[in-house]
Amino acid sequence: MKISGAQAFIKCLQEQGVDTIFGFPGGAVIEIYDELNKTDVIKHVLVRHEQAAVHAADGYARVKGEVGVALVTSGPGATNTVTGIASAYCDSIPIVVFTGQVPTQLIGNDAFQEVDIVGITRPCTKHNYLVKKPEDLVPTIREAFHIARTGRPGPVLIDLPKDVVGAMINFPEMKQVKMRTYRPTYEPHPGQVEKACKAILKAKRPVIYAGGGVVLSDANEELTALARKLNIPVTMTLMGLGGFPGTDSLSMGMLGMHGTYYANMAVAKSDLLISVGARFDDRVTGRIDAFAPDAKIIHIDIDPSSISKNVKVDIPIVADCRHALAAMNTWIDRKIDPADHGGKTAAWLEKIAAWRNKHPLAYKEDGDVIKPQFVVEKLHELTGGEAIISTEVGQNQMWAAQFYHFNHPGSFLTSGGLGVMGYGFPAAIGAQMAAPDRTVIDVAGDGSIQMNIQELATARQYGCPVKIAILNNGYLGMVRQWQELFFDKNYSATPLDVSPDFVALAQAYGGVGLRAKTKSEVEPVIREALKTDNVVIMDFVVSREEGVYPMVPAGKATTEMLLV
Amino acid sequence: MRHVISVLLQNKPGVLSRVTGLFSGRGFNIESLSVAQTIDPEVSCLTLTTKGDDMIVEQITKQLHKLIDVIKVTDMNETESVEREMAIIRVKAEAGTRAEVLRIIDIFRGKVVDVSPKSYAVEVTGPASKLKAVIDILRPIGIQEIVRTGVISMSRAKKS
Ligand SMILES: Cc1ncc(C[n+]2csc(CCOP(=O)(O)OP(=O)(O)O)c2C)c(N)n1
Ligand SMILES: [Mg+2]
Repeated sequence: MKISGAQAFIKCLQEQGVDTIFGFPGGAVIEIYDELNKTDVIKHVLVRHEQAAVHAADGYARVKGEVGVALVTSGPGATNTVTGIASAYCDSIPIVVFTGQVPTQLIGNDAFQEVDIVGITRPCTKHNYLVKKPEDLVPTIREAFHIARTGRPGPVLIDLPKDVVGAMINFPEMKQVKMRTYRPTYEPHPGQVEKACKAILKAKRPVIYAGGGVVLSDANEELTALARKLNIPVTMTLMGLGGFPGTDSLSMGMLGMHGTYYANMAVAKSDLLISVGARFDDRVTGRIDAFAPDAKIIHIDIDPSSISKNVKVDIPIVADCRHALAAMNTWIDRKIDPADHGGKTAAWLEKIAAWRNKHPLAYKEDGDVIKPQFVVEKLHELTGGEAIISTEVGQNQMWAAQFYHFNHPGSFLTSGGLGVMGYGFPAAIGAQMAAPDRTVIDVAGDGSIQMNIQELATARQYGCPVKIAILNNGYLGMVRQWQELFFDKNYSATPLDVSPDFVALAQAYGGVGLRAKTKSEVEPVIREALKTDNVVIMDFVVSREEGVYPMVPAGKATTEMLLV
Repeated sequence: MRHVISVLLQNKPGVLSRVTGLFSGRGFNIESLSVAQTIDPEVSCLTLTTKGDDMIVEQITKQLHKLIDVIKVTDMNETESVEREMAIIRVKAEAGTRAEVLRIIDIFRGKVVDVSPKSYAVEVTGPASKLKAVIDILRPIGIQEIVRTGVISMSRAKKS
């Protein structure tokens, strides 16, 4: 029996275990929306801007550990997804984005709402497709999900011409996707594992540098086992937060531009850097020749092109982080008794503790003025550290990263690689859909939140009780901080002279708005928000010119930190 | 250093722009490029020459490999290979120089492929070094136009 392309689309989603998608309709996808409205196997979440659909799919994917899906129309619907796709690409998040397209016979004719979205997104997708023939539809969707979720995950886009979706086709049987040209390496090379383990056992000042790959491959248990077995201190990138318990005594928190003093010092003085699923981004390394100058480098990554891209690596291991760490743990357990070995790093840990005592992560209190860091600390305290935190971009993002000590993978959602203002709120909606029983908080800036504020309507429509904590400093704060430090306080275009009354704004959408102007009001506001079963904006009026510290100025060595 | 890189690709629309987009997007340079179908009609072979230090060339080959439609990437500098490029050169050939041009072309086993009262178009095939030699010798006589195919390269078969 033949079915329509639109029906096949829905069957394919079901096959892939998808039950929720985020989208926005239009003429080119109207056939698909017609079918969506007739079925209840797929829940469609109507966002209010296509960019938000992609960020929501991204947040959903991170929390659920499955592929997130977005559906939009051709032309402007498609171009509105580009920022979301590029963000997911930088952060290696598995999503599939479906875009409508004009009918095949019109492609190339500058038809109404035609855009070459496959061409536009080629450099920011893991792969993309234009489906030209109806019989290719189903195999393409299956391949796209396979590519998105395997290897180094990433976004895949499928462009669907209107006539392909409208055609009648036979639904081919599900087969395992086998591709001639794409076979990611999951298992580590045993010889490399052995070399790495020997180097680790020999090292006097080892540091584990964990990135997003740890979170993506669910390697947190293996990583924790390795670190605790040999007492190796751990630092994480922005994307790696949650990959190792932030409250563990071996955790040094984040490294890099706004990393802790002790993490950056430890990396600089280490003799062995064990990099797991991280990519030596410039925000992490600072001036590259001064990064871990005395260290041998082990680099575990599933993407061979990440290895020796920015820094020459001594022992590369191309593999899934979890598989590689498991193999290393097995090797080490067979060779040594950790009880004899665990004390070997004692002197090194003492040295790190001394650095930590000298310059702990800190901020200056100021009477009843609300310090933004204090808000994040209170959020941590009042949620028991168990909330899912998403962030916008800027100072708010860095304070969330520094002061909410993440203990679990998948609990910190941030646009790390691309740094998209406007990511946090829609991602929080996606996260809340994936985990309806969890507390989800978007730590926001007064600038960023306005970039996708329209999603208050989405949150309301689907009963998503996301909590937004605006650290309202009246500035595009992070840019202001750079102007303060490097441009003689020439605050060009960074004061937000006019902003909405966020409390009234929340109420206008049918949500709840709360405001704290003094330190003593912070806790009651958070408590009130946490017990509210509705979307809430908490407007924290914070000290206006607070800075994020430590800070490594761009292009400087990571040891040249500006401190509080 | 100059590297010749040979890439086997799925013969599908858009694949070439994935490769060239990769080079422009990542700031790698392409000095020459040639593409055509292989014996398997579903597969194309793309040969490109590029310049860069070892770390850059390693990145280039890894990034190419990462493209889903790429089947195989070979840095021809690392194997014994036969390398060829063809050029058609239009050179001034007037009363005094016609015979000399023919002699030079003959030495390089070139062919005249177009004749006019004032010029010859000659075809020369060989490795890049040979084309350079021909061009250097013809230049003083007066080269009016050159078109080149870009390098193609094939690994030599194992001798044993
Ligand atoms: C879409 C986008 N545009 C511009 C920037 C550059 N940028 C980075 S941080 C920042 C300021 C953000 O202001 P706000 O949301 O108020 O956060 P704050 O730093 O004050 O906490 C800007 C403009 C960006 N990251 N993303
Ligand atoms: Mg701000």
